[in-house]
Amino acid sequence: MQQRYAAIWFRHLKTDWMVRRQPAFKDVPFVMAAPEHGRMVIKAANAASQNKGIDTGMVVADCRAILPTLQAFDDKPELAEKLLNALAEWCLRYTPVVAIDRPDGLILDVSGCPHLWGGEKPYLKDILAKLRGFGYDVRAAIADTIGAAWAIARFGQVSPIVAPCRQVEAILPLPPAALRLDAPILERLEKLGLHQIQSFINMPHKALRRRFGELLLTRLGQALGWEHEVIEPIRLAQPYQERLPSLEPIKTAKGIEIALRQLLEKTCLRLAKEEKGLRKCVFKCHRIDGLTQQIEIGTSRPSRNAEHLFKLFELKIATIAPALGIEVFVLEATIVEDVVSAQETLWNFTDGGNSAAIGELLDKIAGKLGQTTIRRYLPDEHYWPERSAKTAASFTEKPQTKWRTDLPRPIHLLQTPETIEVTVPIPDYPPMLFRCKGELHNVKKADGPERIEQEWWIEQGQYRDYYIVEDEGGARYWIFRQGSYEQGNNPQWFIHGFFA
Amino acid sequence: MLLSATNVSKFLIVGPAKQDIIQQLQKEVLSMQRLKKVSGQSLNTGLWEIEKAFPDQTFPLGAVHEFISNAKEDAAATNGFMAGLISHLMKKGTAVWVSSKRTVYPPALTVFGIAPEQIFFIDLSRQKDVLWAIEEALKCNALSVVVGELTELSFTETRRLQLAVEQSRVTGFIHRYDPKSENNTACVTRWKIKPLASDTAGLPGVGFPRWQVQLQKVRNGKPGAWQIEWSAGRFRQVDQRSFSIQETQKRKAG
Repeated sequence: MQQRYAAIWFRHLKTDWMVRRQPAFKDVPFVMAAPEHGRMVIKAANAASQNKGIDTGMVVADCRAILPTLQAFDDKPELAEKLLNALAEWCLRYTPVVAIDRPDGLILDVSGCPHLWGGEKPYLKDILAKLRGFGYDVRAAIADTIGAAWAIARFGQVSPIVAPCRQVEAILPLPPAALRLDAPILERLEKLGLHQIQSFINMPHKALRRRFGELLLTRLGQALGWEHEVIEPIRLAQPYQERLPSLEPIKTAKGIEIALRQLLEKTCLRLAKEEKGLRKCVFKCHRIDGLTQQIEIGTSRPSRNAEHLFKLFELKIATIAPALGIEVFVLEATIVEDVVSAQETLWNFTDGGNSAAIGELLDKIAGKLGQTTIRRYLPDEHYWPERSAKTAASFTEKPQTKWRTDLPRPIHLLQTPETIEVTVPIPDYPPMLFRCKGELHNVKKADGPERIEQEWWIEQGQYRDYYIVEDEGGARYWIFRQGSYEQGNNPQWFIHGFFA
Repeated sequence: MLLSATNVSKFLIVGPAKQDIIQQLQKEVLSMQRLKKVSGQSLNTGLWEIEKAFPDQTFPLGAVHEFISNAKEDAAATNGFMAGLISHLMKKGTAVWVSSKRTVYPPALTVFGIAPEQIFFIDLSRQKDVLWAIEEALKCNALSVVVGELTELSFTETRRLQLAVEQSRVTGFIHRYDPKSENNTACVTRWKIKPLASDTAGLPGVGFPRWQVQLQKVRNGKPGAWQIEWSAGRFRQVDQRSFSIQETQKRKAG
């Protein structure tokens, strides 16, 4: 069958949306701008401002010089995508195949659809009238190819409908920009004086390819129909809903349980396929007397564990009054979220059943108190004490290196070392006594020094000489001197940890 | 008169028969208190002297133990002793370490035979959350040990923890640092650990960690105090007699 495509172009997509929300701006020149290199650059301008010579890509400050009353709003980068998605969904009433043409258009595969509206002309007219009724400034065209429809929608002067197999004639007088080319190619064509497609369409392909690259030929082919082009139609999100009609009305709790289990399994299977989990779920029972009974559950984190969900529902099954019987069961997941991480297999040093239980515990804690509260440490190859352990990125990560056990490390390490006053024989003996937070400690035994150099590629600073000291009470401390006593320096002493 | 006569007759039972009756009764009391031995699980700390203090001469697993420390030095010693006990428990299991102000340095746990990557540290700021997390962790029977570090703990709260472990048979260690009052709790034991001067046998340097271990309370057991050293990856009781002889010799020499 003859393929026919329609291209719809929204000339002022974002600004029209603004006017729809705030009709007062209908005839006021305004722009939407975003900061770029420290200036506010216009991302969208409405018709009123375009009439004054203001266009996208200009700087707001410059435009204010042209038009002091110009209003500028913050640009919303995802707005266009969102609007196009919504409009594409709306266009599904005209054809089942609708694709988004970024940044400001839609492509409709209308093959075999227009006759339902009595031909292509009324069909297109209906689309345009409805979209304009919404307040969007729209142009559209229908042609055999996507390329030709796109070109005519944006640059066509004569008729928006290109008769079958007539796309060559239609695009001949159009500028090269109608071929969806990149700016450098357009610039080169402009420089050579090729202002219309007809001035280069008959040139040998070899010459065109050599001078302008493969893209020009591809685009030309796509417009004329000898190059195939695919579009990616939007797909409507399927609601997470499962139905289970019953052969005979169900009246017993056991029967409801069986139905619920079946529905949950189906739903969870689909959720597992899509790597999602549900947060809220409604179970509806349609009774034969026309009334509906429903129970609802919520989970603290996305879940697709049928057993777990069933347990949550189980508590509420008793509240369902089946009366004369239930004929249809419907299970709908009203809130579905992506599952952050699959936690089926957690570690290999515990057996399978254990890791699932631990995973559920950690999920419970993370769900209530936040993921950041849970930490696991792995060895890191650094001598510097603060850096010798790193947080594991995941619960499954295994240590790449072994933990160092040859050097004594204190069981308690202070987050930041605290300064102490010492009495010490120089140059590098352990202190004889030290005062920490006003308390005097007599050093009875000492070990050291263990010198740890600052890792210069990470941080600049002085080395540390660590000593293990034991005071008269038997308490063991990890203290260090930062730097040395050489050349009359007076290095500071710190306490950094407590040994067991 | 009749009553006193029966009492007298009870006292008159002597020899092995009386011992048997008492042991039988003690066992019954233990089973009523759900302090049965966890099947297949036993903690061999190598501390026969300490184990004698416990009911049935075994370290109670599947129960909550309480440690109290008042100074930072004591807290470090307590965590060291706890780490020694934990290492026996989590040979192949996983532990959860819940704390409000954590100072434990994970790499140092290797000294006590623990693989730090097998521990999940949960750092929380509110005491309420810490308690909730400890209770939830104690309910999870896949864990081998749960350590909780916090300050205040009321009797009711410990009873909740005790109920949780009775179901799951997980062993819990609660370390209370500088509590306002040493109130009564439902924990099976109360320990106090203080650091002791290490013994280097006259050599320079610092010796193995040595602690004054005080078992202040133990349900159905005999409290006591011992001097314990951690050396070569296991606990060792310090021979007090030889220790004292050394001391006196030193004094003479000095």
